[in-house]
Parts: sequence; structure tokens; C-alpha cells
Amino acid sequence: MFGLVTYILLAQLAAFAIVIFFGKRLPRGGDWVSLLAIWSSLAAALYLFATQMLANYDPHYFQGFTFDWLSWGDYRLTIGYAVDNMAIMMLVVVTLVSAVVFLFSVGYMKGDPKYSRFFAFLSLFAFSMLGVVLADNLLVIFVFWELVGLTSYLLIGFWHEKDSAADAGKKAFIVNRIGDAGMLIGILFVFTTLGTLNLHEISEGVAAGRLSGVMLTITGICLFCGAIGKSAQFPLHVWLPDAMEGPTPVSALIHAATMVAAGVYLTARLFVILTFDASLVIAYVGGFTALFAATIAVAQYDIKRVLAYSTLSQLGYMVMALGSGAYMAGFFHLVTHAMFKACLFLGSGSVIYAMHHALHHIHSDADPQDMRNMGGLKKHQPLTFWTFLIATVALSGVPLTSGFLSKDAILGGTLAFAMQHPKHWLLPVFGFSAAALTAFYMFRLIYLTFTGTFRPGKEAEAELHESPWVMTLPLVVLATLSIFIFYTLPNFNPASPRGGWFATLFPDPPRAYESTMVHSAGLEGHEAEASVHGRAGAEGGTAHALDEPAPPDIDRRAVETPIVHEEQSPETHEALHDVHHRAHSTAMLISIFAAGLGILIATMGYLWATLNPATWQRRLGVLYRGMFHKWWFDEIYGATAVKGTLLLSTILGWFDLYIVDGIVNGAAWLGRVFAFIEGWFDLYIVDGLVNLTAWFVGIWGRIVRLFQGGQLQRYILYTLVVIGIFIVLKVV
Amino acid sequence: MHNLTVYLLISAALFLLGLLAIMTRKNAVSVLMGIELMLNSAGLNFVAFSRFSSGNLNGQVAALFIVIIAAAEAAVALAIFLNLYRLKATSDVDKADLLQG
Amino acid sequence: MELLSELIFYCFVVLTIGSAVVVVFHPRVMYSAFALLFTFFGVGVLYLYLAADFLAASQLLIYVGGILILIIFGVFLTSSIMSLEILQETHQRFIALIPIALGGIVLLSVILSTPWTTTATTEAVPTTKLLGRLLLTRYLVPFELASLLLLAALVGAMRLARYFRTEE
Repeated sequence: MFGLVTYILLAQLAAFAIVIFFGKRLPRGGDWVSLLAIWSSLAAALYLFATQMLANYDPHYFQGFTFDWLSWGDYRLTIGYAVDNMAIMMLVVVTLVSAVVFLFSVGYMKGDPKYSRFFAFLSLFAFSMLGVVLADNLLVIFVFWELVGLTSYLLIGFWHEKDSAADAGKKAFIVNRIGDAGMLIGILFVFTTLGTLNLHEISEGVAAGRLSGVMLTITGICLFCGAIGKSAQFPLHVWLPDAMEGPTPVSALIHAATMVAAGVYLTARLFVILTFDASLVIAYVGGFTALFAATIAVAQYDIKRVLAYSTLSQLGYMVMALGSGAYMAGFFHLVTHAMFKACLFLGSGSVIYAMHHALHHIHSDADPQDMRNMGGLKKHQPLTFWTFLIATVALSGVPLTSGFLSKDAILGGTLAFAMQHPKHWLLPVFGFSAAALTAFYMFRLIYLTFTGTFRPGKEAEAELHESPWVMTLPLVVLATLSIFIFYTLPNFNPASPRGGWFATLFPDPPRAYESTMVHSAGLEGHEAEASVHGRAGAEGGTAHALDEPAPPDIDRRAVETPIVHEEQSPETHEALHDVHHRAHSTAMLISIFAAGLGILIATMGYLWATLNPATWQRRLGVLYRGMFHKWWFDEIYGATAVKGTLLLSTILGWFDLYIVDGIVNGAAWLGRVFAFIEGWFDLYIVDGLVNLTAWFVGIWGRIVRLFQGGQLQRYILYTLVVIGIFIVLKVV
Repeated sequence: MHNLTVYLLISAALFLLGLLAIMTRKNAVSVLMGIELMLNSAGLNFVAFSRFSSGNLNGQVAALFIVIIAAAEAAVALAIFLNLYRLKATSDVDKADLLQG
Repeated sequence: MELLSELIFYCFVVLTIGSAVVVVFHPRVMYSAFALLFTFFGVGVLYLYLAADFLAASQLLIYVGGILILIIFGVFLTSSIMSLEILQETHQRFIALIPIALGGIVLLSVILSTPWTTTATTEAVPTTKLLGRLLLTRYLVPFELASLLLLAALVGAMRLARYFRTEE
């Protein structure tokens, strides 16, 4: 097991090293080395999945391997693997998506001059991502986290001859740094207060109350900053759409399924230590991102940008779910979303590939990614169309798909949260409106791309072809995995994941504030036997008590009695469960309605043409322009953050030029005066002595030179004469 | 019959003649000839000692090696003379004075 | 008979030294080169007198047949080729005589005054087999080194001789 995990991790690093150093000399640029490494790792991950996770079927399954890394004094810094259900699930997701994306890249990147380097970077990325998944320690997570950022930078800017790609890479790197700075501060908080970075020990330390209250909230938010950066949440979301400048397989691998999921994964890992306030921040950031990104996606025409904003929106869902306590739902959506979003990206890659060929054939320099140039591709790329459609349906949350299950779980969780805390009614509103928008923009994309007539004309249309099997096979695999059945086994229940293996293995863990809330509710004698309605009201009431400037005693108790799950009275537990159940069935109805509404409007607008999109664009006015211009976020950041930095640089530059340089110049002037005096001394005293010596040597040289004729025979003569003199002296 | 001393005297005479050639001749090839004379005198010495003083053939082996080295030296020396001739259009060794101080 | 044999021996001695004198003093290089032939020949004969038959043969083959030809080529290549009248100058002749004379005196006194230890001369036997055994046993390493030296000289001489050709 230990060896298997190590193999999964290090095979990628080995593949990277081999391909980067010897790739050009290997046949086929060494792509098979990377493929071999990732596919064998996938097999290993599936083996772990079957023999460890499914065989044990234990929600609290955990195996850790820890080694000492550094030790000073009596402190030991340890590193290691933390293999639990979540890590194994992530291993499967990451290796599976990586494996199919690697395969897809063989077709997509064919003929690229940097083909071999691309695979080396992909392997390095897989290594870093698997490192994040497996690490049991915040420091190691941070190291791999930065490695993920680095490889993302390398891959986004892979075609760095294009300025836009190089800029997008830089943008992604810098924006991520902002989030990572917050995360580093969070890590330092944890280390100074708890003295450990091990995840397990951290949760124990928090449970023991050594880090609590406002400090714990700040720590949680700081750590979440890292997730904001990596998962492209609201204030730091600007890098992800630009990252679409990278090759499409990269978009699928990094910006849909794995790297952006790292933020969600980290939040899920830290779930147990988040306080109520920190969770609220997280939930609102996620919810706002979900709606906000969905509105932008509606007005975009670049096929990959639509998907990018859709990714933002879905990541917002996950974060919102984690923030509102629906741990299982958030992680579930992470897994299902990885499958169908990777499928969508790879499908768009297949479309772009075909478009590129067709447009190239008619010597058109139209943008092959612009949906206004597409249309009617269904005839020519049937396999791409059907897999794309399945993934779209899943993303829109239509029943019988995995997306329906997970999205419904999130919406249900959010609704339950809002029912407990009616003050936060905005969260489910975010969620449901984003769901409707998602269905709308995804079907808009389908109609614009695959139906109607091909807009660049007949001549180019003749050149449209289905992509090769290495590109379509990944699509089929991923589309198949977007069907509900894989996630609900052993139950055959298309409506809910409850009772299936996923929900069983990933139960929502209790959190300090939740259990205390219920606990205090029980202690303070709220009517435990009340009806469901009454119970829900009581819960709401307690929540109010917590929301208002928290009385210090409750806060303290929140810490002192952290895990009191067992102490809950059965009635309370049942009541909570009831709230969840009711919320879920309501959420299901609303979400089906929302998805249906979105699909209906898209169909009316783009297939039946009963609604004219252009008219509605005019009618929406400034709202539409905002959506089209991504709510001017790039411009706002340009005017504030970038301009501000430039202004500060100018001021600092002035300070440098006149104050610092003035001091330096003064020192230099003093130095020059001294140097002048010293120079005089050097010139006349020291040099005089030196010249005297040289003159003396020169005189002697001139004398000795007389004997250096350069002629061999004369030298022999001198030698013999001297020998003769010696002999004479000896004899005499 | 003739003894060791005779051969040593012949050898000494050849050696001194060779030395004289090296010192006085200007032509490079003549200098080479002087060297050959000296090498021959040394070889003669070796063989004479081998015959009269040792009772074994080690001296003859040494003389044989002298022959070998003389051949190698002659080949390289002539190549150098060719280069000198091309460079200075002369085979006079006293013109080869690039190392003059 | 004894006297005749002595006479012939001294004839060869005179031939050797006399031709060596011609080598050193003759004003024409070509004559010097041909006189060197006789010196080598004389030394070869002296080797025979010293019961070194293989060495004598080698002397004739290598010196007369090889090195001397090389020297004559050298003379031709470094002077005008069709003339036998290639004059050579001499210099510092008189000043050189001083160390020569001194060396001569020293050598003479050493040769004549040293009590040389001599062993009884054995019967002259063919030495080829004995030399061959010595070269392949006791002197194997020097022998191989000598072959290496010859190879190096061969390559080096070609390199040196080619060098100016490409320079042209």
C-alpha cells in the first residue's frame, strides 16, 4: 500500500525527468513515457479504490505514513501521506482525468514543435497535484500547491510566442500568489499557535481549544485565501478565463478537473476546523461566485471562455456547499464535475481542432474558438456531439445524470442551511438562479455550435472531420462516467445519492459550531419533542443567537465541547435529519424547474428562434454590457491594483532617484576626494618606487639579453665553455 | 688483437667530430648529420663494452634502441626542417632565432 | 696473417674516421651526406669485429638504407634540387675548437687512465636469436615503447610535413 502510493506519486516525477531530459531523443518525443506513468498510476489508484476503500467500506478509514523530515531541539517536523477515503477518491479522479487528457493530447498536440516538452509538463503537473492530494501536512501541501501553480504557469504560457498566452500565464501566476500569500499567513498562524502543521494534529489541537475564537476564524479565512486563488473564487477569479489561452487539454486537465479543484479539496480537508463565521465567509464567496460567473458565461462567444466561466460558477457551488456545511455534497460535486467538465473541455478541444483545420483550409483567419463561426457540427462530429450533449445535460442538472445528483445535494444542503438560519436566505437564491443560468448558457453553447448551418460556408464545411480515436475515446469514457449509476450503487436511485457508496463513505463530519448549537439547544431545554416545524424554528432561533455578537460563554462552550455528536439526543438528530430531507425534496423540485426553464429559454432563443437574442440584448441594456464585459473586472483591477502598483512604484522610484541616490552620490563625492589624494600619492610615491625597480631590472635585462641570440649552436657553445671552465677549475 | 681502448678512442673521435659539426655547421641537415655521428659513437661504445666488459648482450640491445631512436629523430627533424625552410626560405639554423631575447 | 688482419681492421678505422672528417669539414652538403654513408658503413664493419652480426646488418639496413636516404631527401627538399653544388657555410669554427680540444683532452685522459675491467672474450656466435629472446623477455617494455615512439614519430612527421601544405 505504501509502495503503491509512492509509486503513483513518483512515477510522474520520473516520467517528467525522463521526458524533459531525453524526450527529443526518444521515439515519438517520449509521450509514451508519460502515458505509461499515468495509466499505470490510474491502475494503481483503482486498485487502492477497490481493495482499500470499497473493501473496508468504512467512513473513517485512515492510514497515515509519517517520516521525520527535520528536527531541531525537541521539535520534529514530519512529512507523510494521509490516505483516507477522500485522498483515494481524489487519486482516482486525478489519475483518471489526467490519463484521458494525456491520451487526448497525443492527438491534439500532434505536430507541435514542443510536443515532448508538453508531456513533460503534464507529468510534472500530475506529480504536483497528486502530492497535494496525498500530503498530510500543511507545509508539504503548500510546497506542492506552489508546484501546481508553477506547472499551471508553464502550461498556460505553453505557446509563449503568443503575447496573450505569455500574459495569461503571468496573470495566473501573480493572482495565485496573492491567494497563496494569505494561505502562508494562515499556515504561520497555525504553526505559531499549535506548533504543528500535521492536519490530524491540527484538528486535534483545535478540538482541544488551543486555537479558537476570532483567531481560528482568521486562520480559517487566511487558509481559504489559498483556495480562493487556486479555485478562482470571486475576487481572484480573473486569471481562469485568461488561462484558456493554454492548449485545450491543459484547460481540461488543470482548469476544469484538477488544479482548480485543489482549492475545494483544501477547504474540504480543513472543513473540521472552520468556525461558523469563517464558513459564512466561504459560503458567501462561493455563492456569489456561482451566480456572478454564470451571468458572465451567458454573454460570452468564445467556446472555451463559456466553459471557463461555467467552471468558475461550478467551483463556486462547491465552495458554497462546503461553507454551508454540506461537506459530502461539495466533494461529490467536485468528483462529478471533474468528469463532465473535463469531457466538455476535451469536446471543445475536438471542435476547435476540427474548426482550425476547416478554417485553415479556406485560408480564413477567423477565430476557430468563436461560436459565431460554428454551427451544424452535429453532422460532422457525431461522437463529439453526443458526448458533449451528455456532459451538458449533466452540467445543467437534468435527472439521471451525475450532475443532477451532486448539484441537487448542494442546493438541498444550502436550502437546509437557510432553513436553519433564515437570515442567510440569499445563499439558495444564488444557487438556484445560477442553476437556471447554467442550463441556459450550456444549451445556448450546444445550439450555437452543433445545430443550424455551418456559418463559414460550404467549402470549409467539406473539410470538417471527426477527430481521431485518441481524442474521441477520452470523450466517451468521461461521458459514460457522467451517468448517475456510477455514484449511487448499490442503490438504483436516480434521485438521491443517499445510501449509495459515495454518500456512505463521505458523511458530513460534525463541526464545532454545529454540534454545540444542537448541544446547547438540547441543554437549554428547547422543546425537543416539538414538531418538525417547531424544531426548525428552534434551530433558527439558536442560530440567531450565534449570529448576533456572540456572547462569550457560548463561544467558549463551542470550543470546550467540540465533538458532542454522540451526546445529541436522538430526537434532535432526527429533527435535523428531517430538515435535511425536506430541504432536499424541495430543492430537487426547484432545481429541476430551474434547469428546465433555462433549457426552454435557450431552445426558444437559439433553436426555434421564437425569441430574438439581439432584441433581448438591447432590452437588457447595461446589464448585458456588464455581462459581456465580464462586469469590467479586468478594467477595475487595471485601474486600481495595477495602476496603484505603478503609482507606488513611481513614488518609490522618485524617492530612490533623489533621496537614496543623493545620499549615495554624496558618499561617492567624498570617495572621489579621498581617491584623488590617494591617487597623487600613488602616482608619485608608490609608482616612483615601482618604476625604480623596473628600471633596475630593465638594465640587467639589457645586459643578459646580449647572450640570448636565439641560436641553438651558440647555446651549445656556451654550455661547453662553462663545462670546460668547470673541468679546468677541478683539475687546477 | 685490438682491445677495448681502440674502440673507445674511435668512438671518442667520432663523438668529437659530431660535436664539432653541430657547433660549426650552418646547414640544418649537416647539424643532423653531426647528431647521427654522435649517436653512432655512443652505439659503438655500448657494443664495445658489451663485448669486452660484460659478457652479455645488454649493450647490443641498447645499441639497437639507439638505432630506433635515431630513425625516429631523423624523421621528425626533417619534417621540422621542411617547415623551417618554408617559413624562412633557408635551411640555416642560425636564421631560426625567433627566441632571440 | 695476423698482421694482414690488423691492417684490414685499421683500414676500416681510417675509413670511418676519415669519412667522418669529410662529413664535418667538406663545404658541400651533398659530399658530406655521401661521406656519412662511409662512416655508417665503417661503424657497421666495426660492429662485425665486435661479434655483433645482427647489429651490423641493422646498421647497414637502417642507417645506410633508411636514415641516410632521408637525409639526402632533406638536403634536396631544403635547397635547390638539381645542383650538387650546394655550399654550406660554417661559423664560429675557431672558437668551437677550444671546447672540442678541452673535451678531447678529458676523454683521452679518461680512456687511457681508467683501468677497465675486462672479461675474456668468448667465441663469436650468431646473436640474432639471443637478441630476439632478450627483446621479448627482459626488454619487452622498452621494445614496445620504442614501437610506440616510432608510431608517434611517423604520425608526428606526417602532421608536421602536411601542416605547411595546408597553410599554402
